[in-house]
Amino acid sequence: MKPYWAISMGATTALALLAFAGPASAATELRMMWYSDGNEGEVVRDLLDRFEKQNPDIKVVVDNVAYKAILESLPVQLAAGQGPDMARITDLGGLSKYYLDLTPHVADPEYWRKSFGPYLDWYRKPGDTTGIYGIQNQLTLTGPFINKTLFEQAGVAIPKEGATWDEWAAAANAVAKKLKIPFPIAIDRSGHRFAGPAISMGAKFFNDKGEPAVVDEGFKAMASRIKKWHDDGTMGKELWGSVSGSAYKGANEEFANAQVVMYFSGSWQISQFAKQIGDAFDWVAVPQPCGPAACTGMPGGAGTVAFSSTKHPKEVAKVMEYLASEPVITEFSARTLILPAHVGVAKKGVDFKTDIKLAKDALSAFTGHIGKLSPIAFKLQGYAYNRVLFNAIISRLGQVVVGEMSLDDAYARIPQDIEAQLAEQARKK
Amino acid sequence: MESLLQLPWAIAMRALEYPMRGIQRLIGERRMPYVFVLPNLLIFGTFVVVPLFINFFYSVTGGTSLFPDQRPFVGAEQYGYLLDCEDYLKPFSCREDQFWRGIYNTITFVSFQVTAMVALSLLTAIVLNRRIAARGFFRSVFFYPVLLSPVVVALVWKWILQREGVLNAFLTALGGDGIVFLAEPQWAMFWAIFVSTWAHMGFYTLILLAGLQSIPRDLYEAAEMDGTSHWRTFRRITLPLLWPTMLVVLVLSLIKSVQTFDEVFVLTGGGPGTATQLIVQYIYSTAFATQVHNFGLAAAAAIVLGSVLLVLTLLQMRLGSGKDKD
Repeated sequence: MKPYWAISMGATTALALLAFAGPASAATELRMMWYSDGNEGEVVRDLLDRFEKQNPDIKVVVDNVAYKAILESLPVQLAAGQGPDMARITDLGGLSKYYLDLTPHVADPEYWRKSFGPYLDWYRKPGDTTGIYGIQNQLTLTGPFINKTLFEQAGVAIPKEGATWDEWAAAANAVAKKLKIPFPIAIDRSGHRFAGPAISMGAKFFNDKGEPAVVDEGFKAMASRIKKWHDDGTMGKELWGSVSGSAYKGANEEFANAQVVMYFSGSWQISQFAKQIGDAFDWVAVPQPCGPAACTGMPGGAGTVAFSSTKHPKEVAKVMEYLASEPVITEFSARTLILPAHVGVAKKGVDFKTDIKLAKDALSAFTGHIGKLSPIAFKLQGYAYNRVLFNAIISRLGQVVVGEMSLDDAYARIPQDIEAQLAEQARKK
Repeated sequence: MESLLQLPWAIAMRALEYPMRGIQRLIGERRMPYVFVLPNLLIFGTFVVVPLFINFFYSVTGGTSLFPDQRPFVGAEQYGYLLDCEDYLKPFSCREDQFWRGIYNTITFVSFQVTAMVALSLLTAIVLNRRIAARGFFRSVFFYPVLLSPVVVALVWKWILQREGVLNAFLTALGGDGIVFLAEPQWAMFWAIFVSTWAHMGFYTLILLAGLQSIPRDLYEAAEMDGTSHWRTFRRITLPLLWPTMLVVLVLSLIKSVQTFDEVFVLTGGGPGTATQLIVQYIYSTAFATQVHNFGLAAAAAIVLGSVLLVLTLLQMRLGSGKDKD
């Protein structure tokens, strides 16, 4: 028995040593927090699998989370110094203090400046004009979709380019009335979604010194329309009235179920609609409704950023360079049906991978909106604390539409809310 | 077989015996109880007392940094901000009106929810204590919602109550008009109270049922022999003897009700407007759901909430000790 005992003990010890020692060259593991509107998670995983094959010394773990986690959990993790190495985010300016400047780590910083030039500012801290912090791998634009089939069934003419918000509201109401559709117009419950139409009405959002000055005549013109539309049934209370504070609520499900005539949301819905609606009815992206000042939506989108808390900046930069490369951006856009922000890719155009003509048409309609965006919309999107503005707006207008406060009270409260938040943000030891 | 199963237990006990004897020799027999409560005290200290002090520290500091050393001291400023009101009965006259809306909503929610909870639990316990058909089945039925996750409970009721939900389908089938329950302030508060009561009633019913079963049967038999009416029996025997259990139920449901968050948050999101935004949701939103995380203000609100709960608990202890003396 003794030799067998000795052999088995020896073998166990050797196995244990091997297990603790691990492979001679362990791969560096990087973590990336990711959310998806459609199939972006699958596509990025597929792209990263290819990257890992080319770079066996780097492994990227993608933590797929809900969008709410990106907005609420990620900032707390970063504040505690416990964040991931990289993440897909939308609060581009708000998290700027946590970003890793990729400039010293990437092979060709000029490529980044040329490819993402107009968007790099969105990631920078105030005063910073040179840092490279993220890949704008998704450009989004807010804008309207309509259920064209409902217009046809109701025999109502679709308003033409240049039509005002009031003309669109009248047309949507006519369709809804004729076909008994519950929501003539639905606008996502989001300050960002409200901003485009408000700018069209003449809202400036900033004063001459560049400080936030939200409530003006243009803002009031759109806010009073929102109130009126809720009162007369043009907009249903389920969206803006059914939750509190700055909570986001979309009407994508209702639109996909043909309960909405006109849905003001954005280009990121296209992939979802292609999958959910397909060609069950004709869903069409139409021109931006106009106000006296403009016919604009808001730009936005998602970016992938690296965080300065990473212990592996070189490896992170390698992954970021790969994800920012032209072929990868092209493939990512083509497979996820999202508009590319990469200047070179946008110029060449993307052959979007879908058989659904409605999706292709919608993508080209939104591409057409890009050149017509108001400069105020760009400035607002680039403002680091734009979510403070958006949250104050949506929170107070939400109270207005359910009758908790008047518009005048909201006009008084919104600047106070913004001022209090910015003052807290500025308070340092 | 039984002795074999007890073997590990016996070994563990024997292993503990010698160190415990040593400790007893060292500190004396009278101090030994402290050794036994020490593990619990450590857990309580780590997860309750220390966070309480940290929370207090945050409430007297400002800024958005999470690290204590980077937070400037602001004294009672956060409390002053919360309590700055022209008229405390009008939330809109307060500087931080959302906090006061949360307070008033919580008072409404707690008043109705606790009353409904205690009354319905008592009624259900009394019925389930009788010899009715399928008693075991009904006891399970009333307890079952307690086993469900609050998020599941809220989602199920959300589907029932939405515009195209089961309840509206039922109403329209009867010829009525559908109601968008969760978009109407009064209806939303009603359903928040209803769902929360439905979800937790089983737990309190169980406690009251145990209380009812501990009342000696011979008291009821004596009352029956004296020809006492059911109502008088309930008032003179059941209620007084059930009072200590009722007090536990009252205090537990009160504290739980003040702390309500998850069900209402998933069901109504605090809306419409702020009609169902309770104080705990206000604290959460202020700390985490805004771009500027105002941990200090949220911590101050949490301290205010904690103080209210402390007063309620002290009140319960006083009431309980008064009854014991009787």
